[in-house]
Order: sequence, then structure tokens, then C-alpha cells
Amino acid sequence: MAAASPRFQMTTRTRVSSRAAVGAAILTAGLAALPAVASRGLIQDLFFIFTMLCLAQYWNLLAGYAGLVSVGQQAFVGLGAYTLFAATILAGIEPLTAALLGGVVAAAMAVPTAFVVFRLRGAYFAIGTWVAAEVYRLVLAQVKELGGGTGTSLTMSVVSSTAGLDWVSTAFDVRTPAARDIVVYWAALALLVITLAGIYWLLRSRFGLALSALRDSELTARSIGVDAFRLKVFVYILTAAGGGAAGALIFLQSARISPDSAFAVLDWTAYIIFIVVIGGIGTIEGPIVGAIVFYFLQTYLAAFGTWYLMLLGAMGIAIMLVAPKGIWGLIADRFDLHLFPTRRRLLVAAPGEVQLPSKRK
Amino acid sequence: MALLQTVKLSTGYGDFQALFDVDIDVAEGQIVAVIGANGAGKSTLLKAVARLLPVGVDAVRFDDADISGLAASQAVRLGITLVPEGRRLFPSLSVEENLQIGGYSARRGSWRLAEVYDLFPRLVERRHHMGTALSGGEQQMVAIGRALMSNPRLLLCDELSLGLAPIVIQDIYAALPRIRDAGSSLVIVEQDIAQAMRVADRVYCLQEGRITLTGRPAELSREAIHTAYFGA
Amino acid sequence: MQWVDTIIQGILLGGLYALYATGLSLMFGIMKLVNLAHGDLIVLAAFVIVVLASLLPPGSGVVLALVLSLPMMFAVGYGLQVGFLNRTLDRDILPPLIVTFGFSIIIQNGLLEIFSADSRRLPLTGWESASLSIASGISIGTVPLVCFASAVAVIAGLNFLIYRTEIGRAFRATSDDPETAQLMGIDHRRLFAVAAGIAMMVCAIAALYLGLRANFDPTIGPARLLYAFEAVIVGGLGSLWGTLIGGMIIGVAQTVGAQINPEWQILTGHLAFLIVLVVRPRGLFPKSEG
Repeated sequence: MAAASPRFQMTTRTRVSSRAAVGAAILTAGLAALPAVASRGLIQDLFFIFTMLCLAQYWNLLAGYAGLVSVGQQAFVGLGAYTLFAATILAGIEPLTAALLGGVVAAAMAVPTAFVVFRLRGAYFAIGTWVAAEVYRLVLAQVKELGGGTGTSLTMSVVSSTAGLDWVSTAFDVRTPAARDIVVYWAALALLVITLAGIYWLLRSRFGLALSALRDSELTARSIGVDAFRLKVFVYILTAAGGGAAGALIFLQSARISPDSAFAVLDWTAYIIFIVVIGGIGTIEGPIVGAIVFYFLQTYLAAFGTWYLMLLGAMGIAIMLVAPKGIWGLIADRFDLHLFPTRRRLLVAAPGEVQLPSKRK
Repeated sequence: MALLQTVKLSTGYGDFQALFDVDIDVAEGQIVAVIGANGAGKSTLLKAVARLLPVGVDAVRFDDADISGLAASQAVRLGITLVPEGRRLFPSLSVEENLQIGGYSARRGSWRLAEVYDLFPRLVERRHHMGTALSGGEQQMVAIGRALMSNPRLLLCDELSLGLAPIVIQDIYAALPRIRDAGSSLVIVEQDIAQAMRVADRVYCLQEGRITLTGRPAELSREAIHTAYFGA
Repeated sequence: MQWVDTIIQGILLGGLYALYATGLSLMFGIMKLVNLAHGDLIVLAAFVIVVLASLLPPGSGVVLALVLSLPMMFAVGYGLQVGFLNRTLDRDILPPLIVTFGFSIIIQNGLLEIFSADSRRLPLTGWESASLSIASGISIGTVPLVCFASAVAVIAGLNFLIYRTEIGRAFRATSDDPETAQLMGIDHRRLFAVAAGIAMMVCAIAALYLGLRANFDPTIGPARLLYAFEAVIVGGLGSLWGTLIGGMIIGVAQTVGAQINPEWQILTGHLAFLIVLVVRPRGLFPKSEG
């Protein structure tokens, strides 16, 4: 009788990642329950971290995986935010729905934007995205209904119309502004979970393989059938959608908008790039580390104004020259740690073995 | 005394080691050929001597001095010039400009534009064409001429005959003794064994990064070369 | 007549944008590097000139201050390249972008810290305020005219340097193939540093006219970068004269836009750029790739 042929299976799971997944689920549940006990300040701080982390994950997907370095993602943050204000103020749409709409509109605008900026490559592509963002800023500054160049605010009635606000007000015994913070916090947490899960799923799928190939060598990837252009456009639109949704939530929380703040290069590009680069580009864990580090830097050092910004610039330069894989890169290399592993490994059961290696204890 | 000497030369590309303890000697006025199969390490050897690759201390000695710490651009000023594999002419420069740039760090010597054109007359009528608009053979002539403009004491030639028609190869190899007589020693890397044996004073054979045979062409039998080239 | 005046002003403005763009074009052409801090370096040069002008005896004029600033800006470019940018060269596109972006932030905030956010202008000594009347209702200021002439002179000078001198040959060869350039005895790292130094000197010249034409403050750098970039792309990569034309197109688009509605000036410039990008992605006068 012939020996049984070896059975095999592809997996990305590692022992650590399985445990990390369980930990993440517990953490998420805990974060969701937090408003019951946390101070308003903490909720606001976490909201800041969640939204910046979302934006960082999207920028990382674009630059670290698709190889598209953009310094113009503020375009979509601003478009999403302005969509929110337009939808709520002018069309009376409920704010959370309007936030979703912000993501949709940003994604829609990404199409003509891509049509133009994808004609450029490399660093010129980067500056092209910046020009695009400037165009959106200047155009929206002309819209008097949304405050023109000085901007506008959300009225209390608009804020109060946010879904779930009444329930939160009574359940947690807080006033409208604090209730809004809590609702927006949950929305941001949901967006973050969807973002992390979505990106992780994407990277583990066929698209992820194609993206990795693209990152390593576009020419080779195309020669094996990867439609590089389609893939890049897809990622660009996806990140625009995420940026738009995050932008809408951010400005829903602050309830005040202006062209300069919505399309600010510093807040929505410089800080985001810093987070990704310091944390570690090209990994999902990197921006998480970066966002936490940035939060503490921002909290304790932002008061130093120009010196703080110079420090951030210097840190970015230093990391890029000395440790280009960022903090997480150093940790992952040193300890061979992967919490969101996307590397595929082949598990082969030798003939005669009953179980595949991963199935054993 | 040797002009060039490598002593237990080992080098490679990142994690990949391509040369293992290679010892070669080139005397003043010699033409030395390095033969071997694809991937044997011939180009690597020339690049190491030209200082494009890192080597251990004292692994490369020129004029009885250790040059392992030099950069490639410094080696040129010392008198070591490499004609790279694939010619690598500068596409933005014309033929004449390619030759002129070869003289950027020239030592004092007899090679100037006039002498190069005298060696390769075919280049005269092409001199204002862009380097890449020439035939393979003509490009090889430009590449050699460009290297000569630095007035090298040691000229390293990597795969001169690659991709060229036999008759063109003859023309180019005919120039080598003239170059030697003008004052340069030569190390040529060559896949065409017969061609190499015809022109060289000494032959080294590399196989998988190690020297497997050396000697004067007349002394080497076909069997010995075959074994050294392909392995036992 | 008003429109003729508008277009002439736009063309002359193009001279300024061409000066902004030339340094950027030079660094990209020679070392394939786009410096995101380019605009901020122009602003830095403007502040250097302002400081030098204040140290010189009154009435010396700003041109002397510019001349003194040239070696300083050369050193800035040289140092930047040798110290930081040379280390980003062999890898992919991210390091140079992040490093130069970091410098952009450092320069802006450093200038803010030293000079505050107040806007300033270069001191005018007399010739700058004069103007030339060329037809009824149209007069051209001497500054825009001299600026345009300077742009032409700088571009002509650089073209001469690049195409007719030995160091220009070395620039072109090293840009083609840095490894083989080493085989010619060229120290490509030092050559790149010289190129960066030259680019910064051009930035200083641009800064002179920036400061004479209008107010400036530490934060206006990024906008200059965008105009420079647009001029380069519209003109076509690889051609300095093309950059001049690109600058003129952006300049005219801006002045025409301003004529329709002052708030639209910058927007029409961007739109002209986008239109050219869609219709002629390689620019109007691209140097065909070897």
C-alpha cells in the first residue's frame, strides 16, 4: 500500500498572534465599556488616539504597502469633515449618518483626484497630492454657506440630533456635550476596529499578497499578472474613504470647522507621517506604537510650541536615517514578534504524521 | 615585483559570499586573463580590485601598498581603471563627452582624445552621436577609450566580447597589445577561453569563487582547463 | 489694455516662479531628489539676506547682502547634502521625502522662533520702486523686470555650466549612473553636495526677489514649493527653459485669476497646473528620456 502523501496547509497564525487576538477582543470590550467609569478628559484623549491611529493606518496602507507616498491625505479629512457639516447644517441629516456619508463622498472625490495625480510618480506624486488638497481647501473656502474662509460651527440642535445621544445622556447622567463625546468615542472605536480588522483581513487575502509583491518590485509584480494600477487606485480610494470618515468624526467632536483646520497639513499629514514613521512603517503594529508615543509627546510637550515641532521633525529625520523600521521594527526584529502576522508559512505534515504541526499542542 | 597583488581576497554581496581566498598576481606590463563559468566570480574579482566592493585589510595591494581602504574614485587616481561589464556608457553624453569624462581624474600620461581616436578610428565620425546610438562593438571601443583617458597603470576589462560579433571582437582584441605597449598592464575577464589564451601572458581560472588553475597559456592543457573551469 | 497689463505682470511673475523652480529642478535632475524643504530654504535665504542687509551700512543696498548670502547658502546646501541627504540616496523614495519634510518643519519653526511670525520685506533703496512705462496705461516695475532678467540669466548660466563645462559633464554622467561615475574618479557624494550648494545659491537669488516684491514670513515656504513644483511639471522635466515657460504659465494663470476675483489667484494657478497635467502629463517641453 502506498504511503499517504504529506498534507499541507497555509497559515499566518503564530502562537503569539493567537493570544494577541484574544487579548485584542478583551481590550476592545473594555474600551467600549470605559465611558461608564472614565472621566470626560480620558474619553476625549482616547478619541484623539483612535482617530489619529485610523488615519495613520490608512497612510501606512497607502505608503507602506502600496508604495504611494502622499502628503495630501488632508484632502480627504477635509472633504469628509465638510461633507458632515454640509449634510447636517444644510440637509438636516443625522450626524453619525452624515459621518458615514463623509467617507463616501471622500471616496467618490478620490476618483477624479486619482485620475489627475496618478500621472505623477514618486516624490512628484507626493507634491501633486498636496496641490490637490490645496485646491479642495481653496474651493471650499469660497462656499459661503459653510462659512467661507473663516468657517462655521455646528449648532447645539445639530449636535443634539446625533443618534443615541438621548440614551447616553440618561444612561450615564451627563449633559449633551459630554454625551456627544461618548457617542463620538464609540463611533471612533468602531471605526478603528473596522479599520484594523479590515486592513488585517485585506493583507491576509490575495490583495495582500499582490500588495506585498507590488511593494517589493512593481515591475516583477506586473509581469506575474498583478494589475498594479487597479490595485493602487483601489487602495487610494479605500484610504480616502477611511480618512473621510475619520475626518468627519473628528470635526463632529470639535463642532467647529474652517478650511485651514480641515485641510491642515500639520495635523492631518505631518503628525500622521510622524506616527507611522516613528512607530514603524509597513506593519500594522507600527502605527499603534507610534500613535501611543505621539499621544504622550503631544500631551506633555506640545506646550513648547515651535521647539516641540522641531523636535518631532528631528525625530522623524533621525529615525529615517538610523532606524528606518521604527520602534516596532526594532522590537519585532529583536524578539521576532508579530501580533498581526501576515507572513504566510507552509505547515507540512510528514508522511505518517497524523496532525499538521499547528494542530499539535 | 607585482603591480597588483590580491592576498586571500574574499568578498561578496550582502549575505552572499562570491570570492574565497583569491590570490592573483599581475606584473608590470603583463596581460592577465581570468576565465571561468557564469557566476564563478570573475566580475566580482575585478570590482573588488577596482574598489567597488568591500575587502579585508591588506587583501588588495597595488604597487606594494595596501589599497583595501580606498574608494573606487580614489583607485582611479592611483591608476586602476575598470571597463565595466556591459559597457555602461553614459546615455546623456555624446561619444566624445563619454571619452572626456574618462579623463576627469586623469593621471599624467600619453592617452588623450587624439590617441584614443588613433586607436579606434571608427569613433571619429561618431564622436558627436549619443553614446547609446552606437553598435555594440563601437560602444565597447568607447568604453575602453573612456577608461584609457584616465591613463591607467592597470586596466581591468570585464567581458569585452559579450554580445559582440566575432569580427568585432578581433578588432577590439587587436587593440589590447597596443594598450599594453603604451604602458598599461591589463586584467581581462573573458568567457571566450580561446580568445583569452591567445592574448594573455598568464591565465587564472575561477570556479565558484576559488582559483582552480593558473599558469601561462602554453603550459595549460585542455583537460586541465576543462577540469578547472567546470569542476571535477 | 487691462488684460495686456495683467498678462505682462503674469509673465514677469513667471520669472520669479522660474527662479523658485530652478533649484528644485537642478536637484531632481542631478540626484533624482525632490526636496520638500525647498520653499522653506528660499524663505531661510530671504531671512539671511534681511539679517545681512541690516548688518551692512545703511544704503548699501540689498544686492550686496545677496552676494554675501551666496556662500552661506552654498554651505547650507552642501552641508544638508553631505550630512543628511546623501544617506537617503540609495534607498527608495520614502527616506528623502521624510527627511526633507522633517527639515521643512524644523526650518519653519526655527525661523518662527528666531524671527517671530511677523512678516517683513527687504529694505528698498530707491531703484526698486521705479517703474518703466512702455505704453499708455502699462507700466512695469523694475523689480519684476530685473527678476525676470535674472531668471533668464541664471537659466542660461546653468545650461552653460551643465552642457559646456567639465563639471557639468560630471553632473550629467553622475545623474545617469552614479556607480560608473565613480569609475571615472568622480566622488559622487561630493559632487551631489556641490550641486545642492548651487541649487541653494539659486534659492538665494530667488529669495532676493521674493523679499523685494512682497512681504514674507516663516510660514510661506510650502506655497513656494508648490509653485516651483508646478512650474517644473508644466514646463517638462529635464528642461530649464521649459521651467521658465512653466513659470510664466502659472504666473499668467494666477494674475488672470486675480483679475477676475482677487480670492481666486492661487486657485487658478493650481487649476492651470492640473489642466496641463491631464492634457500633457509629461509637460510642455519634456526632455525625452535617454
